[in-house]
Parts: sequence; C-alpha cells; structure tokens
Amino acid sequence: MSIQEQAQKIIDEFAIFEDWMDKYNYLIEMGKSLPVIDEKYKTDQYLISGCQSKVWLSAEMQDGVIVFKADSDAVITKGIVNLLIRVLSNQRPDDILNSNLNFIDQVGLKEHLSPTRSNGLVSMIKQMKLYALVFKTKMEVNG
Amino acid sequence: MAVNFDVNNIRKDFPSLHQSIYGKPLVYLDNAATSQKPKVVIGAISEYYSTINSNVHRGVHYLSQKATDAFEDARNHICQYLNARYSHEIIITKGATDAINLVANSFGKKFLKKGDEVIISALEHHANIVPWQMICIEKQAKLRIIPVNDSGELRLAELESMMNERTRIISVTHISNSLGVILPVKEIIKMAHNKGIPVMIDGAQGIVHKKVDVKDLDCDFYCFSSHKFYGPMGVGILYGKEEILNEIPPYQTGGEMIKTVTFEKTTFNDLPFKFETGTPNVADMIGFDKALHYIESIGMENIEAYEKELFNYASERLVTIPGITVYGDKCERIGVISFNLKGIHPYDAGTIIDKLGIALRTGNHCAQPVMDRFNIPGTLRASFAFYNTKGEADVLMGAIHKVQEMLG
Repeated sequence: MSIQEQAQKIIDEFAIFEDWMDKYNYLIEMGKSLPVIDEKYKTDQYLISGCQSKVWLSAEMQDGVIVFKADSDAVITKGIVNLLIRVLSNQRPDDILNSNLNFIDQVGLKEHLSPTRSNGLVSMIKQMKLYALVFKTKMEVNG
Repeated sequence: MAVNFDVNNIRKDFPSLHQSIYGKPLVYLDNAATSQKPKVVIGAISEYYSTINSNVHRGVHYLSQKATDAFEDARNHICQYLNARYSHEIIITKGATDAINLVANSFGKKFLKKGDEVIISALEHHANIVPWQMICIEKQAKLRIIPVNDSGELRLAELESMMNERTRIISVTHISNSLGVILPVKEIIKMAHNKGIPVMIDGAQGIVHKKVDVKDLDCDFYCFSSHKFYGPMGVGILYGKEEILNEIPPYQTGGEMIKTVTFEKTTFNDLPFKFETGTPNVADMIGFDKALHYIESIGMENIEAYEKELFNYASERLVTIPGITVYGDKCERIGVISFNLKGIHPYDAGTIIDKLGIALRTGNHCAQPVMDRFNIPGTLRASFAFYNTKGEADVLMGAIHKVQEMLG
C-alpha cells in the first residue's frame, strides 16, 4: 500500500468518531497496541527527546524499503507514533522523502505536531526523513 | 475569608476568563506561567497608544513630558509598593529572567574571581540557574546547590556549612514555580548577612502570592515579571540596594544609560538609568502601574487570605484521589499544586485535561533539576490565582477522574 493509501485508510478509520473522546480512546488503544520496541533500541542512541515525552526510533533497510520501529513513554504520543509508522514504514526512501503528512491534520491531531508541544513527534518525523535520505544516498553510492 | 472579597465580582474584571474552549467554559489554572489581565490594564495600554505615546526622558515637547511622567510615576509606585528606600533602586527590565541575567553578569563581572562560589537552591527555575552557571564558567567560579529533602524542603542546615569566605552571592527563589513551596527567604537572608554575603531573591512567583517588603526582607536584590502579576508581558522589575547597584557595572550599553560619549570615552548615567539602555517599554509599564493599583484596590491581604483558602480546598480534595502523588505536600506551599497520577504519563493526562477546557501545564516547568530530584519526567501543575473558584477546583477533580477512566 502506498503512503497515500495508508493515510487515507487512517482518515477513514477516524471519520467514524463523532467526538474527541472516542477519537482519543482509539488513539490510546493504538498506543497500547503498538509493538513495543526491542529493549536494545531504548537507549540514548535511538532517543528523540521532547521536553514532555520521549520517543525512540529505529530504522532498517529491507529489500528496498525502510522498516521503522518506535516507542514512546506517553501512550497518546505512542498512538500518534503508531499512525506515523503505519504510513511511513515499509516505504521506499524516495516516497518517504516526498511524503506530506497532511493526514494528521485531517484526523484532527495537528496540535500534537506543534513545536510548542515538544513531545518528540516533530523531531521524529524529521528523523524519519533523515533516515530516508541516508538510505537513499547509500543506495545511490552502492549503485 | 475576607468579607469584602467577592470572587464573582472580581472575575468580571477579567475578560479572557469568560470564554469557551472546545465548547466548555475555560478553567484557567496556568497562572504560574502567566496571569490573565484585568480590563483596566488592557485599557491603559490602548489609552497610552491612543494619547500620550512618545519617547521618554528626551523630548522637551508636551507628549514626551507626559509619557515620561507616567513612566516615572509607575516606577515610584513600585518603589512604594515594595517599600524600597529610593525610586532609583527600581530598575525596569524586560522581565525576571532579564533581571537575573543583569545581576549575574554585572555582579559577576565586578565580584567573581577564580575559585569563588555562588549558591543557589535545588528548587530554582532555569532562569535562576543558567545565568549563574554561565558567569561561573566564565569566571572559573563554582556554582553550589542547597539541597532539598524528599518532601521538597530546603535543607537549611547544609546552607550554613556551605557558606564560606569564597561565597560571593546567594540567589534563591521566593516560591518554587514547579512545586509551590515557599522558601524561608528571610531566614536565608539573615544567615547570609551574618557572614556578609548578599542575597538575590527571584520573586517571579513570590510577588504574586505574598506582600513583599524589601526593607523588611533586607534582600540585596529582588526581581519579578509584570505578566505573572496581572500586568502586561514584556516588563519586569529589579530592585537592588543603592550601594550595591552603584558598585556594579552596567549590563547592556547604548543610549539613555550614558552621561557623555566621545569616541574615546563614555561616562555612564546615574541610577536607575545606568541599567536601562534603549527605549524602555513605556506602554507596558503604564499597564503594570494600573495592575498594581488594581491589586491594591482589592488588598493584598484579602488576596492572600482567599488564595490560601482556595489552595487548601483544592489540595485537600486532590489528595483524596487514588493513585495521586502531590509533590512538596509536606511543605508550606501556595499557588501551585504539582502532581502525578499512578501509571499515567503527565503528557497524556495533560492532553485529556486540555480537551475538557482546563488550562494547566505539563512537563518539567523549566525546572529540570527539580524533576530529576524526584526522578520523574514531569508533573501536572495546576496553578491558582485569586480569580479562580472552588467550583473550578471541582471541575479539575472531575477531569482527573475522567483521565483515570481513559488512561488508567
């Protein structure tokens, strides 16, 4: 599934919620259901520090796509991390670099990507794109 | 409670309190970050720009004179309010942070040498840590910290043994912004003065909840921001004893703070202008003057009495919530209740509470060392002002139950 298709799927999922509480309950569920990252990645090396919540992110190249794994100490942050992983993981570096993440706005969670929240999500997206750039460069160098 | 204190009437003076957030009436409990402003303050700023707006201290023209008078009236008013000896002991700054930077730099430049020591407490806001840290690095001096015990209380006995012939200054907060703990500043000042050490008090929270008398405290410096004290953003006050202000060099330089300038040499202006370079924030000082008049019209003693009652009401109810930890709860506190809920990250709790129309702060409250001391990522901080009500404390209780239901 392409990034756009994944994003649309999430928008459709959220469309059924009539009030914020249902939406957040769903987000909390997703936060809880995100596979917990391997403990070996929960180190400072993989830490993306927000001032409010922490995010750990790892990335691996497998058969031309990047597989992201992530975790957070706050469950709502983790729910949004889950959304970002669903959309951007298992995608080609070029597609990740060219992606826009408007779906977060469309499902009404834009406030969590505001820099004043400092929950680690903005830095996480930057870091995901940075990984994509690094893997893309590596692929080009190695031909 | 004071008989002449009617919170419902007071609330009418604050336009911003009467709005809905996500369809719910706003409950503003982030007063330790900044307070809301009464109508008289908002009106005064608009009035200033609509009438006497002019640059101060230079023009001989009518408007400049009017603006200068209003600006200096504000300074005199603050002088009286703090019970300072002279109005030139009142330095106008951008805020409390700016005031601490001024003292750390100017005092540090004059008095700090290699091997000297500066003492702060473990309860400080970053604004009373980092400026001292920077000047200590520059001067190869040592920054020492008065520790707190597990309940958040300062260990004064340790301060006694920390002070020595190398200690140049002690700078501590009046009331902790992250926990609401009231520090025994008068005792600290007395202990320090016995050894000839000057003391600076960061009064950003203190001025809001206590009547401050700098003569009675006998502090050498006291600073605060207007915006936490019902005045506009962008101005603050540094009080300093005349003797010490005269001894330390200017902080920033430029116009206004000079007496004579040639390309070879500059002589500096007298107090307070020596520390006030550039065009000051006249409009906001006039606004702050109005805020002070407003506070005085209600009476700080009435405000203190009401805030104490409200704080006790909220605290007593919050501690009954299962799984709550309130930090500093064994200490004398005011204004701030800092807490966590078992098994729930403060960011998650804060997100839900926001959706319920309540403004409170989550995170480390610009006091990372305090969070480290208690080994927590942050707290939820509800901070109260005299326009808050017991009903609002009840709304917070309800919100916390909702958070536990959703996240517990």
